[in-house]
Amino acid sequence: MTFDINVLIGQWPAILSGAGVTIMIWIIGTIAAAIIGFLMAVARQYGGILVDKVLGAIVAVLRGTPFLIQIFLVYYGGPFIGLELDPVPAGLIGISIYGAAYFSEIFRSGFRAVPKGHIEAGECVGLTRGQIIRRILLPEMTMLVLPPCVNMTVILMKETAVLSIITVPELTATLSAIGSQQYAFVEALSALALFYWVLVEVTGWLGNLAETKLSRFRFFNA
Amino acid sequence: MSIELFGLLVQASIYTVTISFVSIFIGFAIAILISGMLLTGRSLFVRPAQFFISFFRGVPLLVQLLLIYNLLPAVGLNVPSIVAAIIGLSLCTAAYQAENLRGGFASVPLGLVESAEMVGLTPRQIFRRIKVPIALRLTFPALVNEAILILKASSLVSVVGIVELTRMAQDLAGSTFLPLQIFASAGLIYLVINWVVALAGGLIESRLPGVAR
Repeated sequence: MTFDINVLIGQWPAILSGAGVTIMIWIIGTIAAAIIGFLMAVARQYGGILVDKVLGAIVAVLRGTPFLIQIFLVYYGGPFIGLELDPVPAGLIGISIYGAAYFSEIFRSGFRAVPKGHIEAGECVGLTRGQIIRRILLPEMTMLVLPPCVNMTVILMKETAVLSIITVPELTATLSAIGSQQYAFVEALSALALFYWVLVEVTGWLGNLAETKLSRFRFFNA
Repeated sequence: MSIELFGLLVQASIYTVTISFVSIFIGFAIAILISGMLLTGRSLFVRPAQFFISFFRGVPLLVQLLLIYNLLPAVGLNVPSIVAAIIGLSLCTAAYQAENLRGGFASVPLGLVESAEMVGLTPRQIFRRIKVPIALRLTFPALVNEAILILKASSLVSVVGIVELTRMAQDLAGSTFLPLQIFASAGLIYLVINWVVALAGGLIESRLPGVAR
């Protein structure tokens, strides 16, 4: 077995573009997932029992089925209900919805951990619901939801690799293609594994840093 | 969509369940080894164990599967793709389970260990009779969780050509032009399997002897 990394160096423009697509989908997808997840958590908190039940069922389905099946539904099933999407938007929608289900659960447990008295005190002094969310719920739960949020961000980074299966031109697809064209699977896939590994480790490290920096927001005595 | 198509999906789901549970059990055995290495506290063992955990948790499972699937033939090991798939899933879940076990051992109450020392149990007895049962009890919910994660992750072995539930759904969707119905049915089957696993896990958990609740 030979290991010749030069095979990859000649392909650097394609690899760079693949890495760009991976990172782009990861960042946009994670931000969208967090926003949708937060709105879902707020809706479940304040939207009444019907909204809570419906969203709860959707979350259960999204968390109980594989991401790959969800992606197939969006990409191959979409056209049958008039939703024809290119791979990249389909991937973005898939990852946002999948992530939103998990983020909504994280935020929901964050909401529940804020002492009821704080919210009642806010209501007493006449804060509106928006103000209570922005000024009491959000800052108080920041430290609590930060570690699971970083965790979810890392999970979504890794899930972007699955999008290669619906031909999103991200790094996994790019490097697998180079591997098969050049008969250099092991080189290409090792480089691929290294890329994700470094990115995941760096994200985890940044998360720890953020946790340390934000520790002044610690309201809960763990 | 006909009942026969659904029947084919259910049949394929047997592969999904088998692959997942075989991987969970092999992974558990490896996890005991890895967490044992962590527990020794000697850098000679701890470093490789940490490296193992970091790698298998830091790289997407799909990439691990592709790597193993292509690496084994490259080093002259021609194994069937089902073996490659099970190796991939087992190594990945072993990394997560090792972390869980480490957490379980770390949360065995110190007072219990000390009282065992007081009554004169040897370190080996303490390990076997106090630490292991309590740690296993503490990590059982995480194990059920891991089983569900692996059941979902097993959909990825479809890319190395194993006809489990997801691959069957893909093939049927291609041949019948009913992707919406077929993938939704596959999703439903996964949902039911995971629901049963969660339910069974909860039932077993409530009957486990050990830590007071």
